[in-house]
Amino acid sequence: MLLLAFDTSTPAVTVALHDGQRVLAETVTVDARRHGELLAPSIAKVIADAGAEPGDLTAIVTGVGPGPYTGLRVGVVTARVFGRTLGVPVYGVCTLDVLARAAGPAAAGREFLAVTDARRKELYWARYDGPGSRIAGPAVGRPADIPDGAVLPVAGQAVALYPDELGEPIWREHPSAAVLAELAAERLSVPGTGVGEPAADLGAPGTGHVLLPPEPLYLRRPDARVPGPPKRVTSP
Amino acid sequence: MIGPLVLGIETSCDETGAGLVRGHELLADAVASSVDEHARFGGVVPEVASRAHLEAMTPSVDRALAQAGVTLADVDAIAVTAGPGLAGALLVGVAAAKAYALTLGKPLYGVNHLAAHVAVDQLEHGPLPAPVIALLVSGGHSSLLLVPDVAGEVISLGSTVDDAAGEAYDKVARVLGLPFPGGPPIDQAARSGDPAAIAFPRGKYHDGSLDFSFAGLKTAVARWVEERAARGEPVPVADVAASFQEAVADVLTRKAVAACRQHGVDHLVIGGGVAANSRLRALAGERCAAAGIRLRVPRPGLCTDNGAMVAALGSELASRGLPGSPLDLPADSSLPVTEVVVR
Ligand SMILES: [Zn+2]
Repeated sequence: MLLLAFDTSTPAVTVALHDGQRVLAETVTVDARRHGELLAPSIAKVIADAGAEPGDLTAIVTGVGPGPYTGLRVGVVTARVFGRTLGVPVYGVCTLDVLARAAGPAAAGREFLAVTDARRKELYWARYDGPGSRIAGPAVGRPADIPDGAVLPVAGQAVALYPDELGEPIWREHPSAAVLAELAAERLSVPGTGVGEPAADLGAPGTGHVLLPPEPLYLRRPDARVPGPPKRVTSP
Repeated sequence: MIGPLVLGIETSCDETGAGLVRGHELLADAVASSVDEHARFGGVVPEVASRAHLEAMTPSVDRALAQAGVTLADVDAIAVTAGPGLAGALLVGVAAAKAYALTLGKPLYGVNHLAAHVAVDQLEHGPLPAPVIALLVSGGHSSLLLVPDVAGEVISLGSTVDDAAGEAYDKVARVLGLPFPGGPPIDQAARSGDPAAIAFPRGKYHDGSLDFSFAGLKTAVARWVEERAARGEPVPVADVAASFQEAVADVLTRKAVAACRQHGVDHLVIGGGVAANSRLRALAGERCAAAGIRLRVPRPGLCTDNGAMVAALGSELASRGLPGSPLDLPADSSLPVTEVVVR
């Protein structure tokens, strides 16, 4: 197995390569405005660092958010093209699941939240049980409206944005592609685990699906208003 | 078959284009448009366009490959619109193009959308003479260019100081109760109207510059229609459409011919969505003939945004063995026209 993993749904552009046993190479660059510039060179670097070629890849996994759309799409379209040209399967993973996996040990068996910045005074969030399975979300909303948001331990760099409205921070980092790769490699080694599950299952808590189709989790409709009648240019 | 096979990708506005070109030969042109999704909003909604690009990207490239009867392994270079255009929309195409280049191990050319509108004419009318004047008119741009070398040197002579010509069409269509995009319905309505019925203003007509202005014209049409309606009189849609269209075509062709004269150039290329307009084509034909200028207008499907135009410019660059763009190529929503390829 040679799994290429990346995520562009937070300010971090992160790429990792995994051989089924361990992470061979990883890069993380934090720059919320340059996902489109950073991702391809980071992928090229990670593949070269591992002494591999693009043609050696056996699977692609990308974070599918939720996250700000422009950056998120860079990762998803890149994953789809890699899958198409290399003829290998492409999977998506909810980015909040990656945070949850990293933060799991710090939660020490308690239920907890994973959050990322959704801008406009809102957070993307999901809730996890003690063993780290998603039991609610992903969803988007104001910090004050997250059920038990003020009392549950919280994972994610975005916790720093709302220190007074969220519970105890247990993990303050952006998601990492190394963790994404570990999560996906583990799932892929389970026989019969595929992308057969429809994305619609995502909203349902407790379904336990980790590998998803490479579709962005937008969670919001595009901002667009149907215009009224044309504005008058003469005074009535 | 000679020359490298170039895949062109275009996502600067609401068309997802994938084209394949070898030399000056067009092998495939697949376009998926999200225009219907924007119609009820009366204009292109960037986020709606970007989402549509993501969904249409790999299927469009696959359709182009099937049309041309080739595989990805046959592709020698990838060209993509790096700008100008809608930032989020451009980024989908640029990211996809990088992924194709990286996985196929082939050069990447991030090219200028406006130069691509000029280069596409080579697919229909053969090599461009040097230099040519280009008039590019669409919902996003209205430009006059001096093009000594479409793959190397493009000089801006003038552009709109406010609205693009296509934007004025969309806004006038709304005032007249016609659908979005406004170009085709106004062109249709104008056929039964009198282009001399109403003397609408021609912005910057006599200022001697090669710039355009369409905001005043758009407002004048709205004012005329409102005053008519306020008096309880019916609005003669065909006459308004024809008179508006005449004003646009008059200004565009007058300045294009003036640009040719000023620079001693005897070839004019017209491109962009508004180049599909019947009155613009007819008037440009008349005026160029009178001025001894040879007019080149690609067929309408190549005038609107498409991947073939990007492949056409990429083919020009790749055939000359020019260096490509780096993998950290940015999408630049305001890429200057002087930058034909981003390095
Ligand atoms: Zn265009």
